[in-house]
Amino acid sequence: MSELVLEVRHLSKSFGSNEVLRDIDFTVSKGDVTAIIGASGSGKSTLLRCINLLETPTSGEILFHGQNVAARGTDPCAYRTKVGMVFQSFNLFNNMTVLQNCMVGQTKVLRRPSDEARATALHYLEKVGMAPYINAKPRQISGGQKQRVAIARALAMGPEVLLFDEPTSALDPEMVGEVLTVMQDLAREGMTMLVVTHEMAFARDVSTHVVYMNQGVICEEGTPEQVLGNPQKKETQDFLARFRGQ
Amino acid sequence: MQRFLDLCQDVALLWQNYWPGYLNGVKNTLILALIGTVIGCVIGLVCGILNTIPYSKSDPAPKRFLLKLIRIVVRVYVEVFRGTPMILQAVFIYYGLPYFTYNAVQWPSVWAASILVVSINTGAYMAESVRGGIISIDPGQTEGAKAIGMTHFQTMTSVILPQALRNIMPQIGNNFIINVKDSSVMFIITFTEFFAFHRYITGINMMYFPSATVEMIGYLTMTLIASFILRWVEKRMDGSDSYELVQADQLTMAAGTYTHPDKGTPFDERSKEHRERVRQELKYGRPKGDR
Ligand SMILES: Nc1ncnc2c1ncn2[C@@H]1O[C@H](COP(=O)(O)OP(=O)(O)OP(=O)(O)O)[C@@H](O)[C@H]1O
Ligand SMILES: [Mg+2]
Repeated sequence: MSELVLEVRHLSKSFGSNEVLRDIDFTVSKGDVTAIIGASGSGKSTLLRCINLLETPTSGEILFHGQNVAARGTDPCAYRTKVGMVFQSFNLFNNMTVLQNCMVGQTKVLRRPSDEARATALHYLEKVGMAPYINAKPRQISGGQKQRVAIARALAMGPEVLLFDEPTSALDPEMVGEVLTVMQDLAREGMTMLVVTHEMAFARDVSTHVVYMNQGVICEEGTPEQVLGNPQKKETQDFLARFRGQ
Repeated sequence: MQRFLDLCQDVALLWQNYWPGYLNGVKNTLILALIGTVIGCVIGLVCGILNTIPYSKSDPAPKRFLLKLIRIVVRVYVEVFRGTPMILQAVFIYYGLPYFTYNAVQWPSVWAASILVVSINTGAYMAESVRGGIISIDPGQTEGAKAIGMTHFQTMTSVILPQALRNIMPQIGNNFIINVKDSSVMFIITFTEFFAFHRYITGINMMYFPSATVEMIGYLTMTLIASFILRWVEKRMDGSDSYELVQADQLTMAAGTYTHPDKGTPFDERSKEHRERVRQELKYGRPKGDR
C-alpha cells in the first residue's frame, strides 16, 4: 500500500443550521485518482472547498501527511501550494496574460526568480497545449483553453494533490474532451487527484476510486468497478440509473 | 450681432491686459485640483482597502473588533465629508484650527488648508468608489488566488487592485474635473485660484460679463483636456485588442496576429460561432444530447 497523502476524518460542515457535510471519512493515497460523484446539492463542492480550506470545517480533521491542517493556527497559504485547485469557472486573473497567470503564484508565493518561473510556466503550458497563447488575456481565449491554463497554473506551483471541482461542467461539449485528455495524461503520470465530476466515462476509465455522495454523507465508495459496475446501495443504483436515463 | 463683437473685443482687451493674472489662476487651480485629487485617491484607496479586509467568526476577537472599528470610522468620515458643502468644510477647517488653539496654531499657508480640504473631500467620495471597485471584482478570482497560496495582501496588490483601479478610472477623472470646478469655492479662505482672479479684477474694472466669459472658456478648456487625457489613459490601461500567437519552437518570435471578434460585446469571451449557436439555441432550444 502506497503512502497516505490526505486523510479526511469525521469532517462536518454546517452553514448556519444547514448541515451540508456529515461525518465524512476517507483517505487519499499517493497516485490515487478519486472521482467524487453525486447529485446536485449533495455537498461535493463544499467537501473540496473544505479540503482546500476555502471553507472552514465545523468539526473534524484534515490530515495532510499526518498533519492536521484544519486546526487553528496552521498557515493555509503554505498548505494550498501543496494542494492545488481547479474550479468550474476557471477563475483566471483577468488582468494578466496566460503566461503571467502561471507565473504570479511562483514569483509571489514560492519566491522563485522570474526566469525560473517563466520556464516552469512554459513547461506546463506546453504540456496542456497552450504555449502558443502565452500573450493572450483570459477574455481572448475559449472556455476549454481557459481551463487548460487554469490547470497549468495549478501545476506550476508543484502541488502534490490537485482538486478539480467539475472542471468541464461550464464547457461546451466540444471542449470537454481537450480538458479531460489533459487530466487523463496527468493521471497516467501519477498525479494524485480528487475530481468532482459528472463525466461518468472519466470516473469509470480514469479514476482508481469512486466516492458516491448523497445528502452530505459518503453513501458508497470503492473501485470504479464496484461502485459504478455493481453498486450495493439503493441510492447509488437510483443515481446511476437516473444518470443513464438522461 | 454687434453685442457679440463687443464681447469679443472686451474679452480680447481683458486677456491682453490681465493674462498673467488669469494664467496664474489657472495654474493654481490646476495644481490644487491635481494634488487634491491624487491625495484624495490615496485616502480613498486606503479607506476602501481597510474597509474590505475580510474577517470571519473564527478570527480572534481583537482583530474582529479592530476591523469593525475601522469600518465605523471610515463610515463616519465618508458621511460627514460627503454630506456637507465643501465651502463650509473650508471655513470650518481654516478657522477651526486657530479657534481651538486660541490662535496659538495658524495655518502655515492657504495652500496647505486648501489642499487638505480638497483632499479629504475627494477621499470621502473615492472611499466608496474604491470599495465598490473592489467588491465588483468577481470573487472567483480571489478564490483562484487563494488556491495557489496567495495571501490577502498579495491577492489585493496583484489581482484585485489593478482591476479595481481600472474600473474606477472614470470616477477618478470625474473627481478631478469636479475639483477643477469646485476648488473655486476656496476664494472663501482667500485662496487665489482662477475664479478668485475674476472676483478681484471685476472689483476693479466692473467687466463682469466679459471676465465671466474668459472664465467659462478657461474652465471648459481645462476640463475638456482633462477628459481627453483620461480617455487616453484608459485606452492605454486596456491594452491591445489582439495578441500574437507564439510558435512552439520559437517562443519569442511572433507568428500571425489574432484579433478577437467580439471584444467589448456582452459575448466577449466567446467566439462568433458560439454566439450564433447561442442565438440558435435561444430560438430553437438546445440540440438533443447536450447537457
Ligand atoms: N456559502 C454557503 N452558504 C450557505 N449554504 C451553502 C453555501 N455553499 C453551499 N451551501 C449549501 O450546501 C449544499 C451543498 O452545496 P454544494 O455546492 O457543496 O453541492 P454540490 O454537490 O457541489 O452540488 P453541484 O453538483 O450542484 O455543484 C447546498 O444545499 C447549498 O445550498
Ligand atoms: Mg458543486
